[in-house]
Amino acid sequence: MRHGKYPFVIGFLFLPVTLYVVFVIAPYAQAFQISMTNWRGLSAPQWVGFDNFRRLFDDDNFWKAVQHHGVLLLALPLITIAIALFFSFLLNVGGKSSGGQRQGVWGSKFYRVVFFFPQVLAVAIIAVLFQMVYRPNESGLINGVLMKLGFDPVLFLVRPNLALWSIIGVLVWQAVGFYVVLFSAGMASIPGEIYEAAEVDGATRVTLFFRVTLPLLWDTLQVAWVYLGIAAFDAFAIVSVLSVDGGGPDGATTVLAMEIYRNAFVYSKYGYASAMGVALFFLTLTFAALTLRLTKRESVEY
Amino acid sequence: MSITPDNPADLSRRTVLRRAAAVGLLATPAAGLLSACATSGGDEKNEQVEGGTKSATNPLGVAEDAPIEVVIFNGGYGEKYATDVHQPLYKKAFPKAEVKHQSTQAVSTVLQPRFASGNPPEFVNNSGEKLMDFGALVADGQLQDLTELWDAPSVDDPNKKVRDTVVPGTVDVGSFNGKPYVLYYVSTVFGIWYSGKLFKDNGWAPAKDWSEFTALLDKIKAKGITPYGYAGANAAYYQWNVILTHAAKIGGTDVLKNIDNLEDGAWQQDAVKQAAEAWAEIGAKYVDKSFEGLKHTDVQLRQNQYKLAFYPSGDWLEGEQKKDTPAGFDYQLMPVPSLSASDKLPATALRATAGEGYFVSAKSKNPKGGLEYMRQMLSVAGAKGFTEVVKAPTVVTAGSEGFAFPPGVASSQAALKAAGQDVFNIYFDGWYKELDTEVRTATNELMFGRIKADAFAERIQKRADAIKKDSSITKFKR
Repeated sequence: MRHGKYPFVIGFLFLPVTLYVVFVIAPYAQAFQISMTNWRGLSAPQWVGFDNFRRLFDDDNFWKAVQHHGVLLLALPLITIAIALFFSFLLNVGGKSSGGQRQGVWGSKFYRVVFFFPQVLAVAIIAVLFQMVYRPNESGLINGVLMKLGFDPVLFLVRPNLALWSIIGVLVWQAVGFYVVLFSAGMASIPGEIYEAAEVDGATRVTLFFRVTLPLLWDTLQVAWVYLGIAAFDAFAIVSVLSVDGGGPDGATTVLAMEIYRNAFVYSKYGYASAMGVALFFLTLTFAALTLRLTKRESVEY
Repeated sequence: MSITPDNPADLSRRTVLRRAAAVGLLATPAAGLLSACATSGGDEKNEQVEGGTKSATNPLGVAEDAPIEVVIFNGGYGEKYATDVHQPLYKKAFPKAEVKHQSTQAVSTVLQPRFASGNPPEFVNNSGEKLMDFGALVADGQLQDLTELWDAPSVDDPNKKVRDTVVPGTVDVGSFNGKPYVLYYVSTVFGIWYSGKLFKDNGWAPAKDWSEFTALLDKIKAKGITPYGYAGANAAYYQWNVILTHAAKIGGTDVLKNIDNLEDGAWQQDAVKQAAEAWAEIGAKYVDKSFEGLKHTDVQLRQNQYKLAFYPSGDWLEGEQKKDTPAGFDYQLMPVPSLSASDKLPATALRATAGEGYFVSAKSKNPKGGLEYMRQMLSVAGAKGFTEVVKAPTVVTAGSEGFAFPPGVASSQAALKAAGQDVFNIYFDGWYKELDTEVRTATNELMFGRIKADAFAERIQKRADAIKKDSSITKFKR
């Protein structure tokens, strides 16, 4: 019966593996190669070894970008997961129980759709949308109201210490809907009897959340954390469209992808930009490995 | 020379990836992977067409039936001047040649991969926010030396060389280390713009020196109008242009020359610091803080709504704002006011140059055709046609004679005449894009009150020094 098994397997593997090698592995490998050159995008590059990486160490903007990724890595998952958990708890088990079945708050079906809206929009559209929201004068959505009420306008994207948080706000706004859905799915698979039993024992909603929902949702949370972490390494489109002067003011909102873009397509320093790309690659890889390792935990059987 | 920043709206991660793919980072063919990498593309020789015989009507010796491909940046000046004026002129001179026209708003997106693969178009209008780095193109030998064109007889008068039919300085602006590579075609005058109507209604007169200027700004402020402003979000270079123009007035044109040549301490010259200090004060007192978060079109619109008095820009402004300008607005140019009586240059001095860059690709199939296309552009008919379509003067001296310009351009032309010999230009932004970026950032920091003049000079100097030391960047001198 084993006859012809290998040709069959190889036949099926050949195409996907080839595609993967050509379109994923090869470009990565080439990025590594280019990062060792001074290629300016036109004629053949010259080999410069680790020069580009040495330069990275002295590049203020690079370190600023890395620092911002650090902030994003902490803030984005924490805020997004907290909000998403809160919402999905309300949507699924936050309401009254009827017939022994825990329900969401009134109108939860409607909210579910509303929360998911941002996910449907393209990132660039969201960025343009928030340009209107954050506009620093009376034509801005927020400042228009503030100024009508007699307040000074808030310079969301302009004040250096506020700009990054304004951007994080957009990222969170956009991401929450997806994780509400993800956590809802996770919560739906938690057996109702556990809640029932807890309630009979007199647990409040807060206790329910922390002692029942959260532990049983751990795997889902872990996935969410990794996803959001990787999203925190991107943020390019939002920063590029929304921020003042491409990552400004004075690099206050810049991210690595923005610096890569600027070095490659504005300064025509493809070699240097590739070196940044390689740095980003290792940062992301390290993050993913660390997260999976640190959050390893016995999953609860039920 | 990025003249008007166009809309960077559709920048998505996908665009970047697509572009990366285009330059070959992703689109590597399977076989041989690394050895056959995209980075080697530029070396492949494109087969160039044989030249034709030289004659009085064909002094450059163009192959009469060879096609040429023209790529036009579809920005502030549109593309109509090319399709309606210049291309028919070429067709008329060489009826057998096919002229392929293409227009784009993102020059580098479209052309970078073609240069990388050794198949560039003959003639390119390299402009707009996504223009290709001229310095990098020159350093790479991609641009055709234009000496032959400048020395060729002009279309209108066989006894006159093309270089003698254009405004003095035109050849220099497009030269890199003394060799002409770029044709800057549109005559551009920089200054500070205001509404003639607004000023007339209020009895205000443009200022010549600093005390007049600040007194006027106070008056404007008292009226409830923002006295001065520029867009921080994407057009900070409009303002560094003012600061450096001011510095040149204070300390003479050598101040700018030192900056362009990356001389040690060029940004820390007294003139630069004085100018920065003066303008930082304007920023602190008379500029709306919210402008830092606005794009140039937003701020220009506010001026059109009479909510902003002075706006620094070049004389493309009037054409760019045509749709939004109310009737009778009457754009007028004021040269940057002088600081004190000890200024080296008079109050009338200003920055004027040729803008809007065009080049011929040295590695295209028919570079001669590209040169000839330029020669046709530089004919009186080509220049007149351009001016009629876009309402902007070209570098061809005879091209705008007798043309009635709209009020803004008329005023800038008058100011240019009044300036006489005291006309200068700034080059570093076209030569070193990184320095341009740094100066833009520092200008926002300065004008919106986060750093002082000293720190402004120091941080730019630091970047200039780094560029000077960087052996991978080709240096230019003037």
